[in-house]
Amino acid sequence: MAEIKLMKGNEVIAEAAIRCGCDGYFGYPITPQSEVMETLMLREPWKTTGMVVLQAESEIAAINMVYGAASCGKKSMTSSSSPGISLKQEGLTYLAGAELPCLVVDVVRGGPGLGTIQPAQSDYFQATKGGGHGDYHLLVLAPASVQEMNDFVALGFDLAFKYRNPVMILADGVIGQMMEKVQLSEPVPRWSREDIERISGDWALTGRQKGRERHISTSLELDSYKQEIFNHKLQAKYRLMEANDTRHEELSCEDADYLFVAYGSSARICQKAMQLCREQGIKVGLLRPITLYPFPKIPTRTLAERVKGILTVEMSAGQMVEDVRLAVNGLTPVEHFGRYGGVIPTPEEIVEALKKQFIGA
Amino acid sequence: MELTDIIREENLVYKKSPLLTDNVMHYCPGCSHGVVHALIASVIEEMGIQEKTVGVSPVGCSVLAYNYLDIDWAEAAHGRAPAVATGISRLHPDRYVFTYQGDGDLASIGTAEVMHACNRGENIVIVFINNAIYGMTGGQMAPTTLVGQVTSTTPRGRDVKLNGFPLKITELLAQLDGTGFVTRQAVHTPAAIRKTKNALKKAFENTKKEKGTSFVEVVGTCSSGWKMTPAEANRWMVENMFPKYPLGDIKDI
Repeated sequence: MAEIKLMKGNEVIAEAAIRCGCDGYFGYPITPQSEVMETLMLREPWKTTGMVVLQAESEIAAINMVYGAASCGKKSMTSSSSPGISLKQEGLTYLAGAELPCLVVDVVRGGPGLGTIQPAQSDYFQATKGGGHGDYHLLVLAPASVQEMNDFVALGFDLAFKYRNPVMILADGVIGQMMEKVQLSEPVPRWSREDIERISGDWALTGRQKGRERHISTSLELDSYKQEIFNHKLQAKYRLMEANDTRHEELSCEDADYLFVAYGSSARICQKAMQLCREQGIKVGLLRPITLYPFPKIPTRTLAERVKGILTVEMSAGQMVEDVRLAVNGLTPVEHFGRYGGVIPTPEEIVEALKKQFIGA
Repeated sequence: MELTDIIREENLVYKKSPLLTDNVMHYCPGCSHGVVHALIASVIEEMGIQEKTVGVSPVGCSVLAYNYLDIDWAEAAHGRAPAVATGISRLHPDRYVFTYQGDGDLASIGTAEVMHACNRGENIVIVFINNAIYGMTGGQMAPTTLVGQVTSTTPRGRDVKLNGFPLKITELLAQLDGTGFVTRQAVHTPAAIRKTKNALKKAFENTKKEKGTSFVEVVGTCSSGWKMTPAEANRWMVENMFPKYPLGDIKDI
């Protein structure tokens, strides 16, 4: 029986974590995502599923606790917002370098620095281009609804273990704070010791049993040639993600003369802008990247061949627009419209921006 | 008498623990790490817990500790070993989890992590090697470097006006309610080695008894960093380090 509730995005992250059999959550308070840990502490999942929830002394400690838990083949996660995610970058590059699966939720707020606690999408570069040092990527999912906050938790863990790579849910303050109808997932049990042995038995730190080599979670390789071989392996993994797990959504693109490209809450606002455009006789479609890394290059390019112009809409000074331009490669003009610093664009100003860029007057 | 006449099973008084791998250690002559590694291997072997033990190695000279002890290991980011150990221990409460950290890793960049892991009373063992210098990066000042001690970043000796004072982190950690056993040992004589082994054993046994965090500091030498022969380093340690870092149990609940 489907359980439908009215919930905040952040609360849903917590609920979905418990329901998908997450083993451990390690967090540190920061606005606008503190409800994730607060909800978990209220729910006390250690009494039901056995899930561990721990408030760490810092974001740095939290991501390193995730590193330890992930080393054991456990489903572990953390959540934070922009300044806290900056602190986690060291841990994230170590996780990527040690090929450890985990889930990180970033409920983005405006920056730079301490910035504002209002919603933004100004951490696209940080999320999709590595963020920490070294040649690596996270697999990045961008929810555009509270429902997707639910769905992407289990999906995120699936992808993390499929590729042995950290996965990030890149939300923003709107998605984290708003309440919407959500159909919660059916609860599944946490993995047993046998499950972990079956899924991650060739690398997880479960204690060196007789008859197997010791397992080591490390990102250290002093021999540069071996390090290069390892980096080839990482790149091959990213190409596999690109081929098999790039996700996007197209709305009203069949007859579109112009195209919005937007993710997360900007995509929601663009839906309204699209409707306003069509009321004025301007045929606009929407391409919504769901994975920001890998970016849906092929669908973007395919649509670029058909439309007269593309407007990317972001709550940033223009970050995703660079990936759109790379995918489009000059086939059609690509322009950017952004509000930032915590300001949310209105559908009307998006319509105006489209007209100004491509139609005139 | 030939060597083969001497090396016989009945004459055996000591052998290396099978948990110590045959990899050639990268440590310098006179370094304390090798002895402490061997002691940890013996303790784990004697307790029969090799299948239940996970080590967490630091950044520093002992970053490659996982090459020498035949157990599962996680290699942590600089200073973060107690947080990594927390993650492992919380999700595997039946495991023996220990961190192995130097003074730069534990008492400088990782101060917050060790302080809070101890304050939460994480059921882990922390082994702290204090040789008052950054060995791996070439002999820079550590938080535990003595006043006046020459290092590559204190070429005229540690000046308290510029660099502050040597950090007695072990005494600080003993103040926290989460620690059950806090001790300071050394490995410069056979008697000291035996005491350190007993301390390590007590620490691992405390994990089973869930007595909170066990913290074993080992005051050690870094003959390369100190620019001394191993024998000189041992003498210098006794004369200069021990007065500042006195040996013995600080807390034992």
